[in-house]
Amino acid sequence: MSSPGDTRALVDVRNVSKHFGAGDTRVDALRDVSLEVHPGQVVALLGPSGSGKTTLLNVIGCILEPSSGWVSLDGDVVYDGRWLRSDLRKLRLEKVGFIFQFHNLLPFLDSTDNVAVVLNLAGVESGESKRRAIELLDYLEVGHRKNAMPAKLSGGEAQRVAIARALANRPRIILADEPTAALDSQRAGIVMDLLRKVAVEQEAAILAVTHDEKIFDRFDHIFHLRDGRLDTADSEPGTH
Amino acid sequence: MNLAYRDIRHNLGRFGLTCFGLSLLLGVVLSMIGIYRGLVVDALTLARTPGVDVWVVESGTRGPFAEASRIPGDTREAIARLQGVDAAGSVTYQSVETLHAGRKLRVYIVGYEPGRPGGPDRLAAGRPIGRSHYEMVADKRAGLALNDRVALGRDTFTVVGITDGQVSSGGDPVIYITLPDSQKLQFELAPPAARREVARGSGPGSTDTVNAVLARVSPHASPERVAEAARRWKHLSTMTQAGQETILTRSVVERARKQIGLFTAILLVVSAVIIALIIYTMTMDKLREIATLKLIGAPDRTIIGLIVQQALGMGVIGFGFGALLITTVKDYFPRRVVLQPEDGLALAVVVLLVCVASSALGVRLALKIDPATALGG
Repeated sequence: MSSPGDTRALVDVRNVSKHFGAGDTRVDALRDVSLEVHPGQVVALLGPSGSGKTTLLNVIGCILEPSSGWVSLDGDVVYDGRWLRSDLRKLRLEKVGFIFQFHNLLPFLDSTDNVAVVLNLAGVESGESKRRAIELLDYLEVGHRKNAMPAKLSGGEAQRVAIARALANRPRIILADEPTAALDSQRAGIVMDLLRKVAVEQEAAILAVTHDEKIFDRFDHIFHLRDGRLDTADSEPGTH
Repeated sequence: MNLAYRDIRHNLGRFGLTCFGLSLLLGVVLSMIGIYRGLVVDALTLARTPGVDVWVVESGTRGPFAEASRIPGDTREAIARLQGVDAAGSVTYQSVETLHAGRKLRVYIVGYEPGRPGGPDRLAAGRPIGRSHYEMVADKRAGLALNDRVALGRDTFTVVGITDGQVSSGGDPVIYITLPDSQKLQFELAPPAARREVARGSGPGSTDTVNAVLARVSPHASPERVAEAARRWKHLSTMTQAGQETILTRSVVERARKQIGLFTAILLVVSAVIIALIIYTMTMDKLREIATLKLIGAPDRTIIGLIVQQALGMGVIGFGFGALLITTVKDYFPRRVVLQPEDGLALAVVVLLVCVASSALGVRLALKIDPATALGG
């Protein structure tokens, strides 16, 4: 594990705690959680309901402010007892890609524009953003559906478009929330292969919350969360 | 990439239907403003048509429209002799209901002296009254055609001319006949009543009575001075044209005007509430999309733009279609609807302001959406 200031890990979380409420109603969602995810790694976050997985994902995604600790993303310290950046949405736009359980594509945009919208938000000119979006769709082998609306896509196609959107700004951190939960095992395998490809080729760190046992063997590491604490012994894949 | 436009295009049917509903509502608001304006124009039409400067009526009254007024028929000669008066004419006004071609015909009869002030200012068809009896000039709204014959009282009149837009403050179409015919119609007793009066020894009574005398003042004379001079006769009251118009708008149609004005204001408030609810509902329908946009890094201005642009689009389309609708059908209203460009412009500005203000509710909701809600099932 790196020490604060060490920027080799793309995701570096140190002693992060998060509690909700106070006194008798206080709930400790995260307790002294520390983890690292390095370039090229695909790691899973496991744990029963209420163990703090989503809270941790929200903290790493700069959506939820921790109560204490230290967080660094892509070498940029973003939290050290307080947020160190005021433009957290811009930070997310530049550094973090999100993949959702139900793809969350914007229903009023076709596949190309669902990807291009992220580039537009980052200030990329419309023509260029469309060109790059189509490139990404081709890369994820869903280019033939570039003009389809989300409602017309199959679950696997929609998830691949969602991955293309997550990759649009070439973020080095991808946070995935149950990325294969809505897919059958064959499509889940394809999606995991794609994530692996992205992690290796783009030197990205991928952190996925999942309950999907059929894909456990696809991860480099599996972090276990229980009652807000990270189990000290990381699991190797295939031991579940 | 304009997200508002894309969302509208995606839900075109629903958005179109919403805009159509809003356009009907705004069309009603616009028509109410038009009816309000029409009421005032209608009220002033009769007073403005003769193009006179001074109205002479019965002492102690504010006639002939706000109150009943009866003055001797020879008053016109006395007024015409006043210094500064170019022309004067006697007039009578009365509402009449008759039957024509099997239908009820309610009209407002103006009796005047052809060649003197008090008659129609211009004709849309036909000719002015040329004979001293049994000819009439009728307004289009009466539904009469040239050469139609209409029974008024015990006589039958022939339509020789048609006017356009001549109605009373009550919205009834105006019919012009000669003063003697109108005096006969208004003041002559029915034969049984006349026989009874003769039997009582009081005679049938004179019909040489008029409701008002209208005076046109020379450009170099002061209407106020002429009115002042006429007031020296104790049995007469006078008022200038401006005074007559004030009475008409502040007294004759005041209640109706206020009622329509109030109703218009209520409609505007209802429209604002409905627009706010529509925008709020539209935002509620997009909670997940907005949360996703926020999560992937869309700034607040993108979210606000999405909501406000849709609200403005809805307002512009709703107003545009509503205005088009009312402009197309306004002539089919039973009463005059006056659509003035400045009223349309003012309503358009109000609608746009309402849209922006109403979208504040949706914007507030959107800005409160937690991006974390995009995560998870």
